[in-house]
Amino acid sequence: MNTEPNYAIKKVNLICAKGAIEDVYATLVMGNGAVMEGIETNIFFTFFGLDAIIKTRMDKLHTGVVGNPALRLPGGMRMASLLGIIPGMEAFTSWMMKSQMADLDIPPVSEFMDLITAGGGKIYACKLAMDMFKFKQEDLSEHVSGILTIGEFYAHAGGEGSQIIFT
Amino acid sequence: MAQKTYAGITVDVNEEGYFTNPAQWTKEIAVEIAKEEGLVLTGQHFAIMDFLRNKFIGGEALSIRSINHSGVLDVKTFYQLFPGAPLKKATKIAGIPKPVSCI
Repeated sequence: MNTEPNYAIKKVNLICAKGAIEDVYATLVMGNGAVMEGIETNIFFTFFGLDAIIKTRMDKLHTGVVGNPALRLPGGMRMASLLGIIPGMEAFTSWMMKSQMADLDIPPVSEFMDLITAGGGKIYACKLAMDMFKFKQEDLSEHVSGILTIGEFYAHAGGEGSQIIFT
Repeated sequence: MAQKTYAGITVDVNEEGYFTNPAQWTKEIAVEIAKEEGLVLTGQHFAIMDFLRNKFIGGEALSIRSINHSGVLDVKTFYQLFPGAPLKKATKIAGIPKPVSCI
């Protein structure tokens, strides 16, 4: 008989606290990837990450161009942080990011959430951040299953083979 | 290379059981593989597997998103037809390699 313990990941609980395109996509790719593997998935959006589940903002996220030392221009040259203050630079960079992702068949945020919830993944909003930014239930996209306190989040996250991942 | 016999036909598979030669696949074989996965195939299963096979043979990458553009069924139904890891299960039963896509 095989007595090796099974350490397979059975459940992932992702926390997204930032609202730049790349932060939100990191969470969504990991969440959707887990759903595709048949892993139970909860995604918790808090602080600036809430923008990803606010109906009017979710498909209009931007990428930060100031203070991002890994940001490069087309061709591979590093972009000096101060260039980021040029009007339109953030919009241009965000457009570039989105078109590069579209080339790889990465969907817009709302469609990504359609895929995750279609596979049974659950999406939650943080109560404290909702109160702080004065958001209401009706501001949230229909993908959101509920507004949780941190205690409720931990209760949802429990179980054998469960992982909490802060992206 | 490993081999397996389904419905009286010997086929080439990799160590995970995925076909290495999609031309060896038949519908009778699919029914047998599905049985191993605990599934009974319906017309809907075959319709989406045809879509996946055509995409693979056409050299296109398979993703969960592409299911919504199949014109056959939506992603939610796909998850219901192949519970658990649908893209992996469906490609295995459809006799094509496991997708390498992250989405």
